[in-house]
Amino acid sequence: MCLGIPALVVTIKDDEAVVDVAGARRRVSAALTEGVKEGDYVIIHAGFIIQKIDTERAEETLKMLRTIGTGP
Amino acid sequence: MRYIEEFRDSSQVRRILDAIEALGFTEDVNLMEICGTHTHSISKYGIRGVMPSGVRLLSGPGCPVCVTTEEEIDAIVKFARENRDVVIATFGDMIKVPGSVGSLEGVRAEGADVRVVYSPLDALKIAMKEREKEVVFCAVGFETTAPAVGATVLKAIELGVDNFSILSLHRLTPPAMRALMESSDVRIDGFICPGHVTTITGSVAYRFLAEQYRTPCVVAGFEPLDALLGIYMLLKQIKEGRADIEVEYSRVVTADGNPKAKRILERLFKVVDAGWRGFGLVPMSGLKLKEEFYLYDAEKRFYIRRVEPEDGSPECRCGDVLRGLITPEECTLFNTICTPESPRGPCMVSTEGTCAAYYRYERR
Repeated sequence: MCLGIPALVVTIKDDEAVVDVAGARRRVSAALTEGVKEGDYVIIHAGFIIQKIDTERAEETLKMLRTIGTGP
Repeated sequence: MRYIEEFRDSSQVRRILDAIEALGFTEDVNLMEICGTHTHSISKYGIRGVMPSGVRLLSGPGCPVCVTTEEEIDAIVKFARENRDVVIATFGDMIKVPGSVGSLEGVRAEGADVRVVYSPLDALKIAMKEREKEVVFCAVGFETTAPAVGATVLKAIELGVDNFSILSLHRLTPPAMRALMESSDVRIDGFICPGHVTTITGSVAYRFLAEQYRTPCVVAGFEPLDALLGIYMLLKQIKEGRADIEVEYSRVVTADGNPKAKRILERLFKVVDAGWRGFGLVPMSGLKLKEEFYLYDAEKRFYIRRVEPEDGSPECRCGDVLRGLITPEECTLFNTICTPESPRGPCMVSTEGTCAAYYRYERR
């Protein structure tokens, strides 16, 4: 039910956005977020963008994943 | 798709599992997840089976359809049956849940106008297209979903759509976690907190668990590596004797959450006591529309009232499954007379239900 899917924002105007979900275009609402721009990665849920994906944080998590168990 | 594949990289799995093993757990540890999507991921990727022997992964009340009470289901089914000129729109999972007087799917077969939608906005669109009909959106979901429903009500007001209303069955997750801590049924040593709920609430919502109950929490994402890293972080906290609120899913979860979505929740909804299947009444755990939005509140518009359930399926132990008290396999109905084709309880109906996940991925 709380399923959220990563998507790429293709166009956004006011509260209406078109996103790319693994190749498929979908029209979603941006009424729940502020400052989302074209080219941002976002999470969509029930037809709404609920949050922007912070790409720097994503890299940090991946780095953590790749270094666990390798250090002293 | 970016932000999916990297978190499914199977070449990383062995090392993380070794790191979990190296923490050296010999004592029993119970970790609970509170999100149906985690339940599904843990089953689907076989994570339960690769944990060290003492580490048990329990599923909690993480499926909104599953925690909806039989009284609520019955009230909706009865309403749909008696009001065939009203369109009942809801999410797919909701229509199959059996109450004691049938399901929405059942009454649809009898002629009721029940429609499945992907978004509450789709229900609003139906209302705009079919102005002569009343459209009731049956709104289930946790903090992730309630803002979307709130924004849809605001849209209806803005567009002057007066044949649209919602039946709010929304619930809040932290009060249910508190109820679990207050009950002595099952010992929980750490929570895998729901990732998408927390995008809205912020990780600050779980502070009471660390401060009052000394229970560590990690907010985790849903891809297999997210779940494994979250479990590792949680076990590490337990090993080190810490009770902190940590965020594995930091690419979308912040301490304070989504301020705009929270403002919408505050504007539209009031927090009320709510019943949860298996739990009874959980204080301040439900959301209902505020009085000023009564025109959009289906309960007020149509006087929808709770009804006492008739004898449903008394052997169904969905309530115990939702509290982490038993696994689905410990229920005598599981995989005997209760299957996804012929479900006896909501935990087998919803794709996120614990019984459905065990049936699909972990049946022995």
